[in-house]
Amino acid sequence: MPLIELKEVTKVYRMGDIDVHALRGVDLVIEKGEFVSITGASGSGKSTMLHVLGCLDSPSGGEYILEGIRVSGLGNRRLADIRNEKIGFVFQGFNLLPRTSALENVELPLLYDRAGRIKDPERKAVEALTRVGLADRLHHEPNRLSGGEQQRVAIARALINEPAILLADEPTGNLDTVTSMDIIGIFKELNSQGITIILVTHEPDIARQGKRMIELRDGRITHDHTVSASGG
Amino acid sequence: MKWKSLVKVALRSIMRNRLRSFLTMLGIIIGVGSVIALLSVGKGTQSDISGRIQSLGTNLLIIVPASSGFGGVSWGAGSWNTLTMSDVDRLERDATLISHASPVVRVRGQVIAGRNNWYTQVQGVSPDYVDIRSWPVDLGAFFTEREMKSMSKVAVLGATVADTLFPGIDPIGARIRIRNVPFTVIGVLSRKGQNMMGDDQDDIILTPATTALVRLSDGKTVNSIMASAVSEQMVEPARTELGLLMRESHRLKENESNDFGIRTQTEINETATSITRMMTLLLSSIAGVSLLVGGIGIMNIMLVSVTERTREIGLRLAIGAREADVMVQFLVEASIISLMGGVLGILFGFAAGAVIGKLTSTSIVADPLIIVVSFLFSGVIGIFFGFYPAKKAAALNPIEALHYE
Ligand SMILES: Nc1ncnc2c1ncn2[C@@H]1O[C@H](COP(=O)(O)OP(=O)(O)OP(=O)(O)O)[C@@H](O)[C@H]1O
Ligand SMILES: [Mg+2]
Repeated sequence: MPLIELKEVTKVYRMGDIDVHALRGVDLVIEKGEFVSITGASGSGKSTMLHVLGCLDSPSGGEYILEGIRVSGLGNRRLADIRNEKIGFVFQGFNLLPRTSALENVELPLLYDRAGRIKDPERKAVEALTRVGLADRLHHEPNRLSGGEQQRVAIARALINEPAILLADEPTGNLDTVTSMDIIGIFKELNSQGITIILVTHEPDIARQGKRMIELRDGRITHDHTVSASGG
Repeated sequence: MKWKSLVKVALRSIMRNRLRSFLTMLGIIIGVGSVIALLSVGKGTQSDISGRIQSLGTNLLIIVPASSGFGGVSWGAGSWNTLTMSDVDRLERDATLISHASPVVRVRGQVIAGRNNWYTQVQGVSPDYVDIRSWPVDLGAFFTEREMKSMSKVAVLGATVADTLFPGIDPIGARIRIRNVPFTVIGVLSRKGQNMMGDDQDDIILTPATTALVRLSDGKTVNSIMASAVSEQMVEPARTELGLLMRESHRLKENESNDFGIRTQTEINETATSITRMMTLLLSSIAGVSLLVGGIGIMNIMLVSVTERTREIGLRLAIGAREADVMVQFLVEASIISLMGGVLGILFGFAAGAVIGKLTSTSIVADPLIIVVSFLFSGVIGIFFGFYPAKKAAALNPIEALHYE
């Protein structure tokens, strides 16, 4: 059973009288443990696809199957639960709560851990921050952290609920080249520990760090190939 | 979702905007505060007032000149002061439905006792006054009919006057000067406390009405006549009888209207309750308007808060908050603001009540039920007025909220 399966997925936004076709029939299979980079021109549908994969948005047509569950067609409540249990998000803008310590920011998803899967939130949060190299910044608030550090806190937050997939939309978009590579290094490290990663980026250098590259154009997949070990 | 974290999140947001949160609470504080002040003072006052009306006397009837404005009676031209000692004599002789009657001659003046002096009210009355007002002496004796007839210069002091002029000294037998006229103190009245208007009833000196008329007043003006009906049932019939006797005594022709008015204890009672009722109504409307304004304030601030935290809401939705979680979060915040306002209002209300109580020497009643109800009610206001903003927050589209600028 693949981790993710998209079958003929379409997404249409209605803007008044016009239909905007953000996705025009995407077929995709992603297995557990992959590191997929999604590239493409602006407006090609990368973010839209990531939102669908992350259950933040439902497709207009087609099917989305996540870990054997047919997600397309589920109600808002179930989608919220799936986001909490199976998905970790990392955004371009970090989206940390201001005036809230790194530790508390990381613990946030556990507030919605209705099943009570995660037992010891604080220990778990320290562990997640340690994994991203911030063991010494536990009580710092976002305004006292650098951009790279803030993004690491965001990654730790995405990790705390032990998600099946980590989704990142331009996670290095606000960072300089060196810091970007640090962040990608963390993703690679996490991937080597078995976490599936799907990363949207428009920077070819970053995209090449993944194991598999997918290119979108005008809502369709135009390229899908594994990255050679030599790195190209 | 865990309640502890919910409360923590809400408190953090409230503390982040301390001044704003406090201003938001103000309406609730004033609203709850006035309810509490009203109820705590009102409850005390009610029992005070009924006690004081009782202290006025039993089955009381008061005859006043029409000009004093009681009861809206018009008066005969050129005779605005119409009560005299002969009216009193007439009533005492012919009235069958009253057990006692006493003139009241009222003057104010300086009283000197040795080195002490005091400005107080002097009332000239008859010995019946003691029974009419159920106001016995504590020390010494009240004056008698004989002293009344002989216009003796004797005085019975109210407790306050006795305390002031004779601190720690037995005043019986002492000489005092009222408006420079020498009097002998023969008694001290028992303590009666304040009347409905909050005046100290013990700040008074009683002398025989005849003495007061001739020595202290103009020799003829009786300010009012107090009488006791023989029983409670006879108060109204007695009013009719006194009315007829007074008309005869004043030789009023059939087409002439009364040049006097008669009030009964029931009327005084009604006036007092209608005053309390008006106060209650006034304070309740202040409370109601404040609570409404307070509620709208909470709604307004919560809408601002939802807009300010759109990205946070988007994030929460993305990491697995259900719409209901977001809604509950904002409802909790609104209720906490409102409950804090409620608690401050309760404290403020009791403080205000205590001050009012001090000023008017009424007792304050702290009813735990009132506290609990006010507290719960302010919570309900928070939930009611927080509902729309919370609903709005929960209905946000997560993707749009996440990218809100
Ligand atoms: N909420 C929306 N309403 C209407 N149209 C939308 C909406 N979201 C996206 N679109 C449209 O769908 C298309 C795909 O958008 P999407 O955000 O997926 O592009 P993208 O590949 O992420 O671009 P970028 O690299 O600029 O982020 C675009 O044409 C965009 O205008
Ligand atoms: Mg995008």
